[in-house]
This record gives sequence, C-alpha cells and structure tokens, in this order.
Amino acid sequence: MKILVCISHVPDTTSKITFRNENKEFEDGGVTFVINPYDEFCLTKAMMLKESNGATVTVLNVGPASTEPTLRKALAIGADDAVRIDAEAKDSFFVAKQIASHIDNTGYDMVFLGRESFDYNGGAVPGMVAELTNTSFVNACIGLELNGTEATLVREIDGGKETLQSSLPIIVAGQKGLVEEKDLRIPSMRGIMMARKKALNVVPAIDSENKMAVEFFELPVAKAACKMISPDNVEELVELLHKEAKVI
Amino acid sequence: MSVLVYVENWEGSFKKASYEAVSYAAQLAQQKGEDCIAITTEASDDVSVLANYGATKVYHIKGETFKAFNNQIFASLINDVANEMNATTIVVSNTNNGKNMAPMIAIKSDAALITNVLDLPVSLSPLTIKRKVFSNKAFVHYSTQASKVVLAITPNSFGVNESKTEAQVEDKAMNAASSGLSSISIDKATGKIPLPEAELVISGGRGLKGPENWNMIEDLASAIGAGTACSKPVADMGWRPHSEHVGQTGLAINPELYIAIGISGAIQHLAGVSASKNIVVINSDAEAPFFKAADYGIVGDAFEVVPKLIAAIKKYKAAN
Repeated sequence: MKILVCISHVPDTTSKITFRNENKEFEDGGVTFVINPYDEFCLTKAMMLKESNGATVTVLNVGPASTEPTLRKALAIGADDAVRIDAEAKDSFFVAKQIASHIDNTGYDMVFLGRESFDYNGGAVPGMVAELTNTSFVNACIGLELNGTEATLVREIDGGKETLQSSLPIIVAGQKGLVEEKDLRIPSMRGIMMARKKALNVVPAIDSENKMAVEFFELPVAKAACKMISPDNVEELVELLHKEAKVI
Repeated sequence: MSVLVYVENWEGSFKKASYEAVSYAAQLAQQKGEDCIAITTEASDDVSVLANYGATKVYHIKGETFKAFNNQIFASLINDVANEMNATTIVVSNTNNGKNMAPMIAIKSDAALITNVLDLPVSLSPLTIKRKVFSNKAFVHYSTQASKVVLAITPNSFGVNESKTEAQVEDKAMNAASSGLSSISIDKATGKIPLPEAELVISGGRGLKGPENWNMIEDLASAIGAGTACSKPVADMGWRPHSEHVGQTGLAINPELYIAIGISGAIQHLAGVSASKNIVVINSDAEAPFFKAADYGIVGDAFEVVPKLIAAIKKYKAAN
C-alpha cells in the first residue's frame, strides 16, 4: 500500500504574526515553523497504518527549500521518503494542482491532508485535490479503519458524526480524532539520524494559474480593556449583558 | 448572470444559517445587479420562505438521492444548476457540509474559492473579500480575477436580513452523479445545540476540577439557552467529548456571547474563540491571560460565582 501525507509548513501557534512589504507579505523572520498540527494527526495515522497493514509513507510539501527542515522532521517521525515540489505555495488552487499532478503521476492508495492549515485556514486544498484526481473524499475525518481495500471512515458533521464506507483509493482530510493527541509522535534521536539518509526528492512545479491574490494583510484592532465586575455583584454582569452587549 | 445560493437544510428544516446564506447572496446579487437564485434539496419546510430573505427565484430540487448529503453528488448538483442558470457566483454556508463540498464545486466550475467569508465584498471589481487568517490573529484582503467564484459564508457572521420578494418557486428534478462513498450511519447528539450554530456558548476549563462539576456549566447554559463547550485539556482528560473542544485543534466558533469559566486563555484556545462578539471570563487567577481578550471579567472562584450568576439570570428572566 502506498500512502501520501501532504505536509504544510506553518508558523508555530505561539508566533507573533507581523507583515512586511507594505503588509503584502507575511514576515517569516524570527518565526519558528512546524508541521501543520492537522497534518501531524494524519502523519501519525499513516505511521499506524504502516505498522498494522504494511505501507510505504511518502510526505510531500509544496514550497521553497526553506521548508525542507519540516519535511526532514516528518521523515524523522517515520515517513519513508519525501517530495518537495519546488514553488512558492501561492494559493490553494495552485497547491492543489501541484499535489494532484504528483498523485496522478505516482498513484497512491490513500492520501492524507490536514483539514486546514494553521496559517491560511482555508480548508480548500484537500477537496480540490480530490476533485482534480476524481477520487472519493472524506473531509473532517475523525476515524478510519482499513479492511483490505475497503475503508470505514468517520467524519464530523454539524452536531454529530457520520460513518462512511469507500473502496481505496481515497483522499482524507484529517484532524484530531483520526488519532489522539497522546498518540502523536516525537522524532527519536535514531529517527533524526535515519532521516538524514532518506530520499528528499525535489521536483519542479507544473504550470498553473493562481486564482487568488493577496492584496494586503491587516492586524485586528486592539480590544478595549476588559470591564471588571466584582464577584459579589454578578447582577451587574447580567445587566451589562442585557443592556450593553444585548445578548440576553 | 446570477448569484446562486445553495440553502442547506437539516433533516428537511431550515436554520438560521440557511437564511443567513440567502440574505448574503441576495445582497450580493443586488450589488451586482443580478438575480438571486436559491436552491435547496428535499426540504420539508415550505421553501417559499426563502423569498423572505431576498431570493428572486427558488428551486426545490427533488429526488431520492438528494435526501442525504454526499459531497460528490451535491457538488455535481450545484455545479450543474449553476451552469444551467448561468450563475457566476455560488454561495454556500461554511458549515461542515459546505466546507466539504465547496472546494469540489470550485474545481468543477473552474472558480476561485473563498471560505470563512464574514461579510460582503470590499469591492466588486476585482472581487475583493476580507477574511480571517492565522487563526484569528490577522485579516487578509483577497482579490480574484476569476470569472467565477464560490463563497462559503461563516454562520453567525453576516446575520439574517428580511427583504421580501415575489419569488417564483418551482420544484425541479435533476440527475444525480454517482459516488464512491456510501453512508453507513449518522450519530447526532440529541437535545443539544450544535456548537457552530450556538449564538450563546458556555465553556468550562480545568478550573472546574472534574467532570462531576459540569452540571454547573449545563445549568448556566440552560438558563440562557446556550450551547456548552470546553477547553482542550478538558477534552484530552476525557471529562467532556472532543466534539465540545473549542480552540486551535478543535472547533472555531464565533457566537454572540462566549462565557469562559476556569479557562486561562492559552493562545491555542483563543484561536478558536476570539471571534466571539462578547467574551466573559470568570477565573480565580487575576493574571489569567484570557482577561486581556475579554470584554467582561470576574476574578473569583467559579464554584461561588457561577451559582450566583445562575440565580441572577433566573431572577432577571423571571422579571422580564
């Protein structure tokens, strides 16, 4: 079985977000980058499937050379090889076209992507890749079991969950629940050493248009100071919620 | 040209998010000087109600295959209708199902896709939309030159706008695409307000000390008709189900009111809730970072403050 896990290279959650070039670009100087947390759930699930069912796990990123440490980390966690499609990830359409082209050329039984990336939060790439490769797609996946070439998958729905069945190949947009937080893997020293020897293939991007352009970024206006209310006067809070906030 | 809105229904019934999507599409259509065509599938509610929010044409799509959601079938359906109606703008709700199919519709119709939309475009030419990025820490203004666009509207953001039209309402049969996915079962939490659509949310954290104390959260929630949520440690410790976890790896919500009890306000938690319009923080630690993101704060022991707050709300509700 061949599994592909797509990895986004994103700023660590605690990063301070600032912009440069007249607020047209994200300022990545001094920012620590990590594997997109949703992708980490996917990678761990792929490792578990490799151990239980036997599989090769390839990790892929669309990005410039600066994203390679993130791919190396995924290799250290246990992926077998890595592919970097050499291009700036300009918009979700462009990225999806690159990933879909790689899938069409290589062929995978399962493709995992995080439900969304922590930076742009669009949640667009997984469904686009599924449509471009004409493959069954489960979004917001919180459970997956494999029985031969049949997969039983659980997805989140509004106010509950739905269990689905599909034959492979399948494209899965994963999140917490696919594996639990406690199952996430930290690279071992041995894993880090081995990762240095694993193949990281750099391939050129295919031609594709972008559908979207960033005009500029802006930071939210700072909130007014919090109104403090005495714990002995909760009636004041009720009054404020009614008269000022108008929510009750 | 026209604006097409797919109006989601839940077991046949419309909800606020349905009317919000129509309201959005109608106002956008008005700005563009186009028709607003609303379609829905196998509704049990009266579909002519969609005209109350500005739809100029309403099509009720009938067919056995459209009774339950399937991303391939619904994405094909919406793309087919959009082609037939010459719609160059497609609006869906940014719900679980909407987010699921929107990227598929965008590829089928060769359209640009903008998800998590909060408001009408900043400009129409080129189409420019402001939306949140970096987990609520910033906004981006996206523009597109694409001739078609798919917009997914975040529930509880744009609001519902009544503007009655004399809409033409028709039943319509459509062919269904095939799908490799089959639904086995659906599990729904009964009797609870699903979090993404809850306008008021009460949330508890580690400060509540254990799952046995959650009745306090539930009592407060039922006093004001709110949904309940929790912080990540609470879900990780198994005190509450993961479906209630709000924050960076859980759900992102934007209710009118978010009351956080015994939650310190780590940056990962704020990422999921800072879009709430009013935030109340109740915490015994005056230094809790959450107070910096709050509108109203009470420094105090939750076990003393919350029962008093429940009593005060009940008293207020009884008097009004």
